[in-house]
Amino acid sequence: MTVSRDNSKRIYEGIKRAGIHYLSALPETWLVYLLQLAEDDPEVTLVEVAKEEEAIGIAAGAYFAGRPNALLMQNHGFLASINGIVSLALLYRIPMLMLIAHRGHIGEPYPWHTQGGILTEPVLRGLSLPFDYVRDPDQVGRQIREAYTLAMSSLSPVALLLTRDIMED
Amino acid sequence: MKRAECIEALYPELEDRLVVTIMGATAQELYDLGHRENFFYLQHAMGLASSIGLGLAMNLPDEKVAVLDGDGSVLMNMGGLATLARYRPPNLTHIIFDNGSLLSTGGFDSHTTSGITDLAAVARGAGCPDVHLAQTLYEFVEAAAESFENDVMSTIVAKVEAVGPDHYGMDFKLPENAIRFQRFVQERVRPRGGETASVQADDLRHHPA
Repeated sequence: MTVSRDNSKRIYEGIKRAGIHYLSALPETWLVYLLQLAEDDPEVTLVEVAKEEEAIGIAAGAYFAGRPNALLMQNHGFLASINGIVSLALLYRIPMLMLIAHRGHIGEPYPWHTQGGILTEPVLRGLSLPFDYVRDPDQVGRQIREAYTLAMSSLSPVALLLTRDIMED
Repeated sequence: MKRAECIEALYPELEDRLVVTIMGATAQELYDLGHRENFFYLQHAMGLASSIGLGLAMNLPDEKVAVLDGDGSVLMNMGGLATLARYRPPNLTHIIFDNGSLLSTGGFDSHTTSGITDLAAVARGAGCPDVHLAQTLYEFVEAAAESFENDVMSTIVAKVEAVGPDHYGMDFKLPENAIRFQRFVQERVRPRGGETASVQADDLRHHPA
């Protein structure tokens, strides 16, 4: 199985069509092509963080600045960001769009990803964060636009889980 | 020197800057001098004040941003110093009040007590391009004046006493601070036009009447 270059491009186009030109990310295998597209695109600013929780702060700063933005991270990075999500984004009502690579779920051959994969959805539910699964490249553009719209109207983080269906060929 | 003296000396210079503070004593000491709409107090999520400052400064290159940080918070996000160093927005001044103590949460020694961890050295090692160490109020004022003027991201580590206010409280709710701060920034940048100005209008267009 390899990471889908075509579907990464579809996701990237969806991000840009939603008017999002500022991304913060921590590299991970499924996000490689997405991040390469961002790096090579003069219209987009990509901030690579040392740990994903930083991106919660950066997204809050970008929101205050009025800059549409999104976070790209692996689900383990989401799990590492929870205090920032709780005690900055939820506490202060800061909207943000999180695109999360859903490693470690159905079809996962690597044992080290599995606990994070299994726990991602329950943790999202525990935090009452709205989320949706992204499986179909024909739907991803709409899903990104609508997730961003909900984040801005609800003043909450909203997550899209990038599944194996869309991320691997 | 006391942190409250440093913040008081800084206060007139903060009028025209976007200011992000950490929790507890630092937030309270700034607030007690008089709240302004350009102040955002991060009362939790320790470590992320500098990350908020980075997101603000990168996206608002015409604004000046000041972050009032602390040793306990920086120790929780030392990787953030490396991210700041990598992107180094020249309009950002990062002030770290180092009292060697987790003052707002019981006064326990932090890792910087007795010089065990040298945050100025950590910042330099992380690659922050302009790092100042201030031991006295005079040095602090000098470092701040230079940092506010120069065209490079600056970091000031100010060694202060582990003392704070005898009271805590603000006359607004936390989300209210965020909403008012965001509105202040938007109203300030809107007349200049450009990308940031269009965001609110876009939001409204999505909104049915």
